[in-house]
Amino acid sequence: MAKFDLNDSGVVVIVGSGAGGGTLGNELAQKGVKVVILEAGPRIENQDFINDEWDSFSQLAWSDARTTSGTWRVAKDFSGLPAWIVKAVGGSTVHWAGASLRFDEHEFRVKSTYGNIPGANLLDWPVTLAEMEPWYAKAENKMGVTRTNGIPGLPGNNNFKVLEAGAKKLGYKTVHTGNMAINSQPRDGRGSCQQIGFCFQGCKSGAKWSTLYTEIPKGEATGNLEVRPSSMAVKIEHDASGKVTGVVYADEQGAMQRQKARIVAVAGNSIESPRLLLNSASTMFPDGLANSSGQVGRNYMRHMTGSVYAVFEKSVHMYRGTTMAGIIRDEAANNPKRGFVGGYEMETLSLGLPFMAAFLNPGAWGRPFTAALDGYPRMAGMWLVGEDMPQETNRITLDPTVKDKFGQPVASVHFDDHPNDIAMRAHAYKQGSAVYDAVGATVTYPTPPYPSTHNLGTNRMSEKPRDGVVNKFGQSHDVKNLFVSDGSQFTSGAACNPTLTIVALAIRQADYIAGAMQKKEI
Amino acid sequence: MREVDRRSKHSRRIFLKGAATAVPVAAVAAGVAVNIEGAWADEASALTPATMKTLLKVARDIYPHDALGDSYYITAIKPWDGKAAKDPAVKALISDGISRLDQNARDRHKVAYAEIPWESDRVVLLKEIEQSDFFQKVRGDLVVSLYNQKEVWPRFGYEGSSAEHGGYINRGFADIDWLPKA
Repeated sequence: MAKFDLNDSGVVVIVGSGAGGGTLGNELAQKGVKVVILEAGPRIENQDFINDEWDSFSQLAWSDARTTSGTWRVAKDFSGLPAWIVKAVGGSTVHWAGASLRFDEHEFRVKSTYGNIPGANLLDWPVTLAEMEPWYAKAENKMGVTRTNGIPGLPGNNNFKVLEAGAKKLGYKTVHTGNMAINSQPRDGRGSCQQIGFCFQGCKSGAKWSTLYTEIPKGEATGNLEVRPSSMAVKIEHDASGKVTGVVYADEQGAMQRQKARIVAVAGNSIESPRLLLNSASTMFPDGLANSSGQVGRNYMRHMTGSVYAVFEKSVHMYRGTTMAGIIRDEAANNPKRGFVGGYEMETLSLGLPFMAAFLNPGAWGRPFTAALDGYPRMAGMWLVGEDMPQETNRITLDPTVKDKFGQPVASVHFDDHPNDIAMRAHAYKQGSAVYDAVGATVTYPTPPYPSTHNLGTNRMSEKPRDGVVNKFGQSHDVKNLFVSDGSQFTSGAACNPTLTIVALAIRQADYIAGAMQKKEI
Repeated sequence: MREVDRRSKHSRRIFLKGAATAVPVAAVAAGVAVNIEGAWADEASALTPATMKTLLKVARDIYPHDALGDSYYITAIKPWDGKAAKDPAVKALISDGISRLDQNARDRHKVAYAEIPWESDRVVLLKEIEQSDFFQKVRGDLVVSLYNQKEVWPRFGYEGSSAEHGGYINRGFADIDWLPKA
């Protein structure tokens, strides 16, 4: 395994080891580029994952201080926990559900398609679906996505069967067990899904793709990739010419280290990535690194989300088996006649009893609440996930008072739903309930959004430097050797789960970086 | 379909046997009227037994599940005594919160909170203090301490950890048999 010197200024330093950072690291290492990944969290291998929601949360979740504001309910119910993401090697690919969908063509050109939506900071991506298709294909092959590359779909569990029966009764057409980066048959040295459930708690069998046990060990095997766990980046430094020169980070003991770098790629998820850029402000870049547009931290998106749980006369046991292997795609298209632009997906979802109690209706108590929980074994559930509107005022800023243990200001997350988000959620609740009513639900529960799992858009791509933070390759408009490699580069959120697009962009970015390095452009 | 055995494995008898060991042998032998049902509350050191018993009632009223015996609720609230022993602020929070509730109960019903016969009447009193720090802390703690008990899970048809059993691939992940034919 490689070990690079702190003064080796030839390495690419990647901050974060999730879908973006972990993939980029492996792809570069495969091309012979020397890479150091700084990962804030510890390295926890899959056999150590825990099939217990709260214990797993303690083991994996990013629980460092953050603050919240805005009218979203999360700010009230979980004021210190705006996002449910992972602090460990593999990042949020450890707890993601595995849903791997391509954007629709129009979702790369939302400004052109939706027009002027008051309050929305819409912009077309500087890249099209046609350009992305070959990269999507590579990502699907890498991740082993079901229903691509001849890989069969996963078998449907009880929760899916309820969803499917209801969807068909309603007349929905595109209903299946999803495009999942979970092995339905052994592939790439990993076994097939054992229907354990607990996909969100880390896949103990390794059937679900995670950079932790795919990209990262593959990259390490080349001798070109070093992953440093428990290494929290605190500042990116630059020289007098404005090029970045390295990353200062706190190591496992809390001691500050400085890793020199030829290139820095930021992939710390859409809350930490802008925080790091803002915390890297200097005399030359007083508003933060890569922030001449003022867009760093802005346009924070978290998807329109919500859930519908329904109780039936007889048992479902929704928690058995793959958590999210089930989808209805009929509402994903853009059909403004419904009263909103963009679309949404309906995907199976289940929570165990402990998280159901915590998230079904946070703060609720008394008989209406306990009656719902008494229905737990007879419950089916779906997640609603749709495109939300980017808004300049939905934003990650540096908290003026709260600091982390290294003295750095923590991220403050402000979010208000856009009227389009609210209209979409109302429609989705109605349709989700109708799916279950069609097969005899005795009661349905429209469940509010959980702390965000899809954090997007805070360092967005733009064609023109004034409109965003990075170009079509995730390269900073302002600083040539600084890249953004996670979901924060999304110009808009699309309806579907973001990981496949993050991976496709990372593969493409690796190609671009390696080429530019070879041509001595950076 | 494979149903989950929802019978209590955390039986009342076993629980009471455990609690009874804390009762002085002499008292039992002498036939002194020791309320075994309340023995758990007498073990409290920082909070009074009466406070603990009222807290139990409050816990039941916050998350009423009629199929669950008191033992699960006692397990959920008992740690407050330990926390109160360590932190005077916690002790005051719980003691004062219960006192206020009892006071409101006496003003309205002439009896202490736990003596009000109907749950719906007690819930009115809880509703009034819903925004208080006392209620918020007790409810926020209880939503984890009650529902995160592994002994509680089968009572709700939840099976918990599955990886060590080979997942559900051969244990009913797709055994639903009552849906209409698609």
